[in-house]
Amino acid sequence: MDVTFVVNAARHSVSLEDERVTLLDLLRERLGLVGTKKGCDRGQCGACTIILDGRRVNSCLALALSHDGAEILTIEGLAPDGELHPLQAAFIDHDALQCGFCTPGQIMSAVGLIKEGQAGDDAERVREGMSGNLCRCGAYAGITAAVLEVLRKIPVARQA
Amino acid sequence: MNRFSYYRATSIADAVARAAEPDAAFLAGGTNLLDLMKGGISRPPLLVDVTRLAGLDEIAFLADGGVRIGAMVRNSDLAHHPRFARTYPMVAEALLAGASAQLRNAATTAGNLMQRTRCQYFYDTASACNKREPGAGCEAIGGATRLHAVLGWSAHCIATHPSDFCVPLVALDAIIEIAGHAGRREVPLEEFHCLPGETPHIETSLRPGELIVAVRLPASAATFASHARYLKIRDRTSYAFAVVSAAASLVLGGNAILEARIALGGVAPKPWRAHAAETMLAGERPGGEAFRKAAAAALEGATPSGDNGFKIELARRLVARALSLAAAGTPKRVEALPASVFAQSSGVTHHE
Repeated sequence: MDVTFVVNAARHSVSLEDERVTLLDLLRERLGLVGTKKGCDRGQCGACTIILDGRRVNSCLALALSHDGAEILTIEGLAPDGELHPLQAAFIDHDALQCGFCTPGQIMSAVGLIKEGQAGDDAERVREGMSGNLCRCGAYAGITAAVLEVLRKIPVARQA
Repeated sequence: MNRFSYYRATSIADAVARAAEPDAAFLAGGTNLLDLMKGGISRPPLLVDVTRLAGLDEIAFLADGGVRIGAMVRNSDLAHHPRFARTYPMVAEALLAGASAQLRNAATTAGNLMQRTRCQYFYDTASACNKREPGAGCEAIGGATRLHAVLGWSAHCIATHPSDFCVPLVALDAIIEIAGHAGRREVPLEEFHCLPGETPHIETSLRPGELIVAVRLPASAATFASHARYLKIRDRTSYAFAVVSAAASLVLGGNAILEARIALGGVAPKPWRAHAAETMLAGERPGGEAFRKAAAAALEGATPSGDNGFKIELARRLVARALSLAAAGTPKRVEALPASVFAQSSGVTHHE
């Protein structure tokens, strides 16, 4: 079973020996992209959030076979080497993490939220829109502030 | 997760033919199915992938005034479709009150109807469950039952249907379009899900191999646009299943209610339509007294299935509140906290 994906602008063809492989497992175990985290592996924590064909999803609940041909963006592809994406910089500025395990998922989810263009710069809509990403360290206040800062810098027209 | 065979269907007829294999399952968004398979609760020998079938991802506004939602339309696309959200605001509100943004981007219209209960005894393969294994017994009964059913349950199963989306859909007389070996047929959503009785493993009226292709709302559904709300009580403000939820909508004329629609979620094994309460409201003046009476009628016959008697009074109050908010008018836009009873503003009418 051969599948092909464009991950962070690079084309990858992978031969799957097992139909059970999720996109999360494919990224981590086959492509060595371990920035995407396996938290609950059941769609409850959001640590595995990626951008799949332009939309944020839980990669642990996406079967690789079903998404053959898809375009994927992970935390590794967010900014060129040595540079920070505005969300990465804002997370640092606002202390939006402690242990950091949920952070790639939080940032990819925020990338999706900004792209969806539904939150404006409303803190309540940001909290609601980010509720699929759990943070056991409880850095939610910093996460909300970081996402809001980036939302306020981006012209509304470019969000959607 | 067990091993399985994977087949990507090329047409609806192809999908239906392949799914005739015993215990085969259709794969769409996968947000519930993969979770169930990882937990060993579902063990389909064959997954028939229907995600690439042409034409199932369209939202079509029909000449007769209704709307046809393709089975593969993602929850987020439906909730944010401007015309759909404006015409069926309580459906949009219910969609946005469910799951998380990531899950809504993957989860589909038909998948929402086909999702399984979140009863923890159903999910725990070490517990006896009549749904998982007919005749095994039900360990939920006498167990931790705070979130279980108060309407429609039986001595064999007390699980609830978890959907938010289905609650306003059943209130608006949604119709399910189904493809099978013998062609197409239609079933009203209200008759689509089954009560458990002695056969809780039979959850829908789908026959083996049948595929949902669309959900349709009739023209009448649009008449409620200006007075429609969905409210949901949950243990967290966001990203939690309903303890109790209610969809309420009204057509007002002069000082009277011309027509009402009411349905409940989180209280029964299926999305629960409250016909008697609706009938009671027709011709009444909108207001607290009429709404409280209707709410009492909506919960007529409710009995606790365990430590969940509180849900009966909670549901009555939620129905009355949803009716009051519906009477005040549909908000211009779904609140920042969709369906929340803690929302700051409400009742800004945008329709006349």
